[in-house]
Amino acid sequence: MDLSFSPEQKLIKDAAREFLEKECPADLVREMEEDELGYSPGLWRKMGELGWPGLIIPEKYGGSGGTFLDLVPLLEEMGRYLAPVPFFPTVILGALSLMEAGSEAQKQKILPEVATGRLILTMALIEPDPLYHVSGIHLQASPQGNGFLLYGTKIFVPYAHVADYLLCAARTENVDGKGDVITLFLIDRESPGIRCEPLKTVDWGRQCEVTFDGTKVPAGNIIGKAGEGWPVVQKVMEQAIVAQCALMIGGAEKVLEMTVAHAKRRVQFGRPIGSFQAVQHRCANMLVDLDGARFVVYEAAWRLSQALPCALEASTAKAWVNQAYQRICANGHQVHGGIGVIKDQEMYLYSRSAKAAETLWGDTAVHREMVARELGL
Amino acid sequence: MDFEFTEEQKNFREEIREFLDEEVTKEVIEESESGMGFGPFSWKLMRKLGAKRWLAPSFPREYGGLGLSRTYRYIVQRELDYRNALAFVKGLGLVGVDMAAPIILKHGSDDLKREFLPRIAGGEIELALGYSEPNAGSDLASLAMRAVEDDDAYVITGQKIFQSHSHFAQYHWLAARTDTDVPRHKGISLFVVDLGSPGITINPLWEMSGLRTNETFYDGVRVPKRYLVGEKNKGWYYVASALELERTLTIGYLERMIEGLIEYTRETSRNGVALSKDPLVRQKIAEIVIELRVAHNLVRRVTWLQDKGITANYETSELKLFIGELFQHVAQAGFDVVGLYGQLRKGSKYAVLDGLLESFYRSSFLPSIGGGTSEIMRNVIALRGLGLPQQH
Repeated sequence: MDLSFSPEQKLIKDAAREFLEKECPADLVREMEEDELGYSPGLWRKMGELGWPGLIIPEKYGGSGGTFLDLVPLLEEMGRYLAPVPFFPTVILGALSLMEAGSEAQKQKILPEVATGRLILTMALIEPDPLYHVSGIHLQASPQGNGFLLYGTKIFVPYAHVADYLLCAARTENVDGKGDVITLFLIDRESPGIRCEPLKTVDWGRQCEVTFDGTKVPAGNIIGKAGEGWPVVQKVMEQAIVAQCALMIGGAEKVLEMTVAHAKRRVQFGRPIGSFQAVQHRCANMLVDLDGARFVVYEAAWRLSQALPCALEASTAKAWVNQAYQRICANGHQVHGGIGVIKDQEMYLYSRSAKAAETLWGDTAVHREMVARELGL
Repeated sequence: MDFEFTEEQKNFREEIREFLDEEVTKEVIEESESGMGFGPFSWKLMRKLGAKRWLAPSFPREYGGLGLSRTYRYIVQRELDYRNALAFVKGLGLVGVDMAAPIILKHGSDDLKREFLPRIAGGEIELALGYSEPNAGSDLASLAMRAVEDDDAYVITGQKIFQSHSHFAQYHWLAARTDTDVPRHKGISLFVVDLGSPGITINPLWEMSGLRTNETFYDGVRVPKRYLVGEKNKGWYYVASALELERTLTIGYLERMIEGLIEYTRETSRNGVALSKDPLVRQKIAEIVIELRVAHNLVRRVTWLQDKGITANYETSELKLFIGELFQHVAQAGFDVVGLYGQLRKGSKYAVLDGLLESFYRSSFLPSIGGGTSEIMRNVIALRGLGLPQQH
């Protein structure tokens, strides 16, 4: 039993905090909300120079060959600082899919560029009938010549408007005509017939509507085998769920720290409000929520790194972190009082981000249902 | 990071499971369910576990243990809890092994160690906890029971309450006031008292769960000085440093309840559809399973810290708070799922799950109180875990 990060993972965490403390102040996050791109190319470039996007990419493709667990301390810190960069879609959705199923040529072409932060990737998965399930994929890819033609709409595609490549899950006819199956395509975003429109959301994470209107994709751009895309998506989703949780833990940790600092500083009735039991007990509940969340996420991440089955653990983590982070934000706001809802403060950035995060990769009800399935109910 | 037991620990758990599958008989469970404390079958199981050095595997070998880490003790207690064996106050371990012995080991004289530890580890004796008094619950430091020096003994007078083990344990693990002229934390001492001593009266109190607890009266009870634990007036500090062990609740009994509920949803149909296929039932079951898994990891964290020799102080309070309240969540989810039949007691016509849910409900209020209330746990977390300022 060992529930702590390794010395190397602690170094990653410390280095990430030191870097982001300097390079990613809350004002940058606020600026990006109004910014057209919605991310900071400068910050993203520096992260690339530090090799962050390559942390989990194998050394032969220019990365550092880390494990999934190595990503957790980094993601926690990015969640803590709400880093406005397309790290998640590029690394978790893009690179991990290619590492899982990409051809040697695709990997050699894309992964070294990702490792140094020169490419942005994302995955176009969810459709207007929003299910994290194969039955939610309706977008059609019809064979045409030596490739496919794509028609349809994807939504909640993070950073599609600035991505270089989209990974798109679509329904394809099997060559032997056995009905529709899912194929994962690698698509140059500059291809004709693609339109990206960022959606206005509760936070500033740029999630886009992506419309494919007769977009041509060469057969060579299939990731893995035709018709065998869904297992790849499933595997990547499991990692995305846990990675999303790691981001949320980082944010929750910051909310608790800000709240405790405020409770120690703020004086009412002649004493710091943090000396009142009513406030102390809210803060105590926040710490229990955070620690409860932390270890179910670590357990899931550890299992991913060990290549152990992880469906139950990943869904446990997301269901719990969703609720825990919401409660942490609600308690954080309550202790901050009126000042917490003022935009000069940071509290509101976290409560908005927490709500978006709650809905991404499965809300609480979705993951409880997954747990029920894993229990064999 | 590693979330699994070592191979040795897994093998140990396997051995324990095989042993208990055999030894936890119908009679042992009936004694647990009776609420009356250890009867002959429980004592027999205690001694059998003791003979194998499995009751207190984390004691040093010379005192009847195996010199293993706390995790091994946790493994044993979880398996006992899960089988509802030697379990009265749900989730709490044994007073002798888990509360008294760690203090005797650390602070007791060699004579005291030799006299008590091998018998505790051997399953020959159990102790009753003697901390709470009618006017000293959460505010334990205000306890009033007096111990006055007289020659080679202390003469003890006063009242204790909520000792669920007093009527079947051989000894009392007692906190009493030995000095009234100092700040109240600095005048408390610990004693091991033979419960058969003249001047002790034990009266039953009946809990809603069916559990017998007691109030214990001391009227000039003479306790030889050699039964003072460690130094005079240091009792408060000894107790405070060992609370983390007392508060390490296990989740075996909760696991069993939840497994029972899952089984019930599979086997029960409403309107021709299995309950397990009802979306609301699935959500409820998943909700408590998820909470149980969170609890399990909080237990893992505390045992891991204890194995490393790190004082798990506020971490144990988190665990105690979380599990204490989980009992009520599970009871409520259980009733949400089972509905009308949930109220039927064991032995009642139409009873489901052998009445387990009904009795579980009645035992679900104590875990957030005994061993430190949820409010005291939150105080500890706020002050020690978060460094918030002391209340005035």
